[in-house]
Amino acid sequence: MKRYSPWIALAIAALWVLSNSRMPKAAPGEFDLVTFGKIPVLSDGRNKPFDTIARNSLLILRGKQTLRLDDGRSIDARHWLADVLFNAPVADKYPSFVIHNPEVLGLFGWEQNDRKYFSYAELQPFLEKIDTHGGQVEGVESAKRSPYQTAIYNLRNSLMLYQRLKNTLRPEGANDFAGEIDAFVKTIPGALEATAKSGKGEPFDQEKINAFSQVTTSFETMAELAYALPVPPDPSGSSPREEWLSIGTSLLQTISTGVIPPVTKDYALIGDAYHNGNAALFNQHLDDLSGWLKTNEPKATGRAAYEFLFNQLEPFYQAMGLYVLAFLLVCVSWLGGNRRLGTAAFYVLLLALAIHTFGLGSRMYLQGRPPVTNLYSSAIFIGWGTVIIGLIIERIFRDGVGSACAAAIGFITLIIAHHLAGSGDTLEMLQAVLDTNIWLATHVVTITIGYSAMFLAGTLAMIYVVRGVFTGSLTKESAQSLSRMTYGVVCFATLFSFVGTVLGGIWADQSWGRFWGWDPKENGALLIVLWCAIILHARWGGFIKQRGLMVMALFGNVITSFSWFGVNMLGVGLHSYGFMNKAVPWLAGFMISQLVLMAFASLPLARWRSFQATQGSAR
Amino acid sequence: MWNRLLDFISSLKLTVICLSLAMILVFVGTMAQVNFGIHEVQQRYFQSLLIWWPSGSHGLKIPVFPGGHLLGGVLLINLIAAHARRFRWTWSKLGIQLTHAGLIVMLAGVLLTDFLSVESFMRLAPGETKNYSEDSRAMELAIIDESDSQLDQVVAIPEARLKQPGAVEIEGLPFQITIRHFYQNSRMQPLDKAGSNAVPAATKGTGSQLAVSEVPQATAENERDLQSVVIEMTSIPASGEAAAQSLGTWLVSDQLVESQAFSYGGKPWRLVMRPQRYYKPYSLTLQKFTHEQYAGTQIAKNFASHAVLKDPEKNENREVLIYMNHPLRYRGETFFQSGFEQNDTATILQDVYNPSFVAPYVACVIVAAGLLLQFGYHFVRFLRRRKTNHAQ
Repeated sequence: MKRYSPWIALAIAALWVLSNSRMPKAAPGEFDLVTFGKIPVLSDGRNKPFDTIARNSLLILRGKQTLRLDDGRSIDARHWLADVLFNAPVADKYPSFVIHNPEVLGLFGWEQNDRKYFSYAELQPFLEKIDTHGGQVEGVESAKRSPYQTAIYNLRNSLMLYQRLKNTLRPEGANDFAGEIDAFVKTIPGALEATAKSGKGEPFDQEKINAFSQVTTSFETMAELAYALPVPPDPSGSSPREEWLSIGTSLLQTISTGVIPPVTKDYALIGDAYHNGNAALFNQHLDDLSGWLKTNEPKATGRAAYEFLFNQLEPFYQAMGLYVLAFLLVCVSWLGGNRRLGTAAFYVLLLALAIHTFGLGSRMYLQGRPPVTNLYSSAIFIGWGTVIIGLIIERIFRDGVGSACAAAIGFITLIIAHHLAGSGDTLEMLQAVLDTNIWLATHVVTITIGYSAMFLAGTLAMIYVVRGVFTGSLTKESAQSLSRMTYGVVCFATLFSFVGTVLGGIWADQSWGRFWGWDPKENGALLIVLWCAIILHARWGGFIKQRGLMVMALFGNVITSFSWFGVNMLGVGLHSYGFMNKAVPWLAGFMISQLVLMAFASLPLARWRSFQATQGSAR
Repeated sequence: MWNRLLDFISSLKLTVICLSLAMILVFVGTMAQVNFGIHEVQQRYFQSLLIWWPSGSHGLKIPVFPGGHLLGGVLLINLIAAHARRFRWTWSKLGIQLTHAGLIVMLAGVLLTDFLSVESFMRLAPGETKNYSEDSRAMELAIIDESDSQLDQVVAIPEARLKQPGAVEIEGLPFQITIRHFYQNSRMQPLDKAGSNAVPAATKGTGSQLAVSEVPQATAENERDLQSVVIEMTSIPASGEAAAQSLGTWLVSDQLVESQAFSYGGKPWRLVMRPQRYYKPYSLTLQKFTHEQYAGTQIAKNFASHAVLKDPEKNENREVLIYMNHPLRYRGETFFQSGFEQNDTATILQDVYNPSFVAPYVACVIVAAGLLLQFGYHFVRFLRRRKTNHAQ
C-alpha cells in the first residue's frame, strides 16, 4: 500500500482537477447562456467571447466574477451581463458596484456600515456628482492620487462602463427593438425623399424627417456608447475585413444599403426574447446567430470558444490549489521523515506545472504573443519559471527543498497575478512600442526568468535561515546542499539577468535610439545584475562564506521585488505600465520581512538552534 | 609599493567595492527621478565624475559620492588590470575570461557613447524636406545674410560660445558681435507690464520692448531652460576711419521664435536664436505620417513615417519607411520614429549619431557565451561528482 501512496496522492489531485473542470450546460427550457457566452465580439481591439466581457466587467465593477444578490442568491457573470445588455431595468437593481472608500460614501451622505455593494438605481441620483468629482481627478497623475481620488475616479469609470454595456446591443429602454428597426428601414425611402425635396426647396413632409432623425440620433448614441463591436464585416466583402461594427453603426449604414445585416437583426430578436422572458425564442435566435458566425467568422468563433473553455477551466486557480497541496505534502514528509510523501509532492507539482503550462500556453495562443506582455503575465511566468527550476533542483538533490520552493513560489506568484487581474482584460492589446514579438520573446522572457531565479535563491536562503535559527533540523550536510543550490541558482540568475538586461538595452537601441537611458525599469534590472555580480565576486574572493551567501540571497529578494514592482510605483519613466497603489504596503511588508530574516541570519552562530544542537551532541 | 598598488587595482576587493557603490548610485539615481527629470539625473549622477552637494548651481559645494563616470572608469581599469595580471589559458577559466572581455567592451562602449553620441530631432510636416536635424537642448545664434534671393548665407554661433562674454571673432561678417549677457534660463515680459524699475533688455529690435530676467535652471522632466542672450553689434572701422561705432544691442532668445530683421551696409540681415542644427549631405522628405490604433480603442498600434531619402553624393533617391522598432540607419546615423505633432500629420524623428552602438551587441554575445561556458562547465562537473559520490 505504502509503495503506491505517491500515485494515490496524484490520483486524488487529478480527480479534484477534473471535478473542477466540468463544463456548464444550459438546462432545457432555460436561456442558453452557455452558447451566448461563446459568441465572439470585438472589444479592446481583439475578438473575445461575451463570457470574457461578462467576467472582466463584473471584476472591474465589483471586484468579483460572480454576483451575490441581496437575498443571498448568487448569479454568474454571464447571467448578469445578459440582464445588463437586454434587461436593464432588472440589472439596475443588482448590487453591481463596490465602494470601499468612506469618503466616497460620505459624498452621498451614506455612513459606512457592512454594506459595500450598491446598485445602479441607488447611485443614479448622484451620477452628476460622481461625474464632476471623478472628472476633476483626471488631470492628477495616477501616482499622486489620494485613495479618495482613486476611488471616485474608479467609480466614475465603472458607471461609464456600465452605461456603455447597457447601450451596446439595444437602446437601454427598448421593448420591441426588432420591430423598431424594421419600421425604421421602411421609413428610410420616405425620409430620404423628404430631405431631398427640402434641399431643392420643394414642399416636403417635415414629420417624416423629424421621426427619422429622432431614430438615427438614438442609433448614433448607441454607436458612440457601444462597449463592444458585435457586427462582423459583411462577408460579401464591401468593407475591409477587419472592421467590426457596433449595432448603432450597422443600423446607420442601412440608410445607404437599405438592408439590416443578419447579425444586427439576430441581436435585436435575441434581446427582445430575453426581455420578454421567452427562453425558447431566445435559444432559437441565438442558434441562428451562432450558426451564422460559425460559417462566416470561423476564426473568431474558434478563438472565442477556446477562450470560453479557458475561462471555465480557470487553470491558474487549479494550479494554485495543487501548489498548496504539494507544499503541505513536503512539510508533512519533513515532519514525519517520510520520503514517499516527498515523491507524492513531486508528482502533484508535475501535474500543477502541466496545468500552469496549459494556462500559459492558452494565453499565448489567444493573444498570439510571447508569454509576458504585462505585469499580470509576468507574475504567471515568474511562477512557472521557478517551478521548473525548483523541480530540476529537486531531481538533483531529492530532499524536498526544491519542491517546497517551487510550490511556495508557484502559489504566491499566482496569488499576486490574481490580484493584478482586477483592472480588467489581462490579454490587452500592446502599445505600439511593445508591438514586437522578437523582443517580447527574448528580452522580456529572459529577464523574467532572471527574476524567477532570484526569488528561488532568496527562498532557499529563507529555508536555510528559518531552519537554522528556529529549528535543529539544519545539519551540516543539508546546510551545504542548500548553499550549493543557492549558489547554482544565483549563477543561473546572473546569466539570465545579464543577458535579459542587455537585450533590453538592445531593444531600446532599436526603438529609441539609445542603448541605455537610466530609466527606472532599466536601473532595476541593472541592480539585479550588479547584485549578482557582487555575490559571485564576494564568494570567489572569500569575503563571504555559506552564511554570507544566504544573507546576500535574501537581499536579492528585496532588490528583485523592487525591480519587478517597486520601480513601477515611482510612476515615472518609459516602463511605468502596471501601476498599482494597493500593492505598496504588501511590497513594503515583504521587503521588511526579508530584512528581518537577514537580521536573524546575522545572529551569532551560538544562537542558531541547529548549531546549538550540533555543538550539544558534539559535547 | 608599486606592487601593492597594482595588487589593489586588480583586486576582487576593489571590484566588490565599486560594484556596491554602483548599486547605491543606481538606486539613488532611480529614486531621484521622482523629483527630477531624466536629463538632470543623468547629468548629476551617471554622467559625472563626482556627485556634488548641495546640487544647486551656486555657492560652496562638496563632493559626496563618486559619479557614474568615475565608478565606470575605475571598474574598467580594475577589469583590465585583473585580466592582464591573472590571464591563464585554461578551459576552466575560459568562461570567466570571455565574460570579462565582453564586459570591457560593454563598459568602454557605454563610456564612449556618453562622450561621442549626439541626439537630435528632425521635425517634418507633410511634403517638407530637411537636410538638417535640430538639437533638443542646445541653441545657436544664427545671423542670416538675406541679400541673395536664392541662397541665404548663415553664420551660426553655438551655445557654448554664447556663454562667454566678449567679442566673437567671425570671419566674413562686416560687423563685430560682442556677447553682453547670457541668460541660461530666462523669462521675458512686455516692458509696460514689468513694473516701473524695468529697463529694456536691448536698444534695438524686439528686445527694446521687453524686460528680461534670469530664473533658476529647469530640473523637471517636462521643462527646459529658455536661453536668452544680449549682443552688441559694432561696425568694423575701415583703415583710416575713426573708432568702431556701436550699432546697438539686440536681445535674441529661445522664446522669440520670429527672427529680427535689420539692415547693415545696404543689405538685409536677420537674427534668430534657434535649436542648434546639424547639417547632413542628404535630405529627407516626409510624404505621409500615419498613426494607427487598434479597432475600437485608443491604444496606439503603430506610428509610421513614409519619407523619401535623397543623397546626391551617393546617388540615392528612394522611399524609406520609419516605424516603431524599425529605424532608418543611414551613413552612421539612425532615425527613429519618436513622436508626432500637428494633429497626427507631422512626424518627429529622433536622429542619433552613436559610433559605438555596436559595442553592446558584441558584448552581449561574448558575455552570454562566457557565462554559459563557465556555469555550464561547473554544473556538469558538479553533476559528475555527485554521480560518483552516489555510486560510492
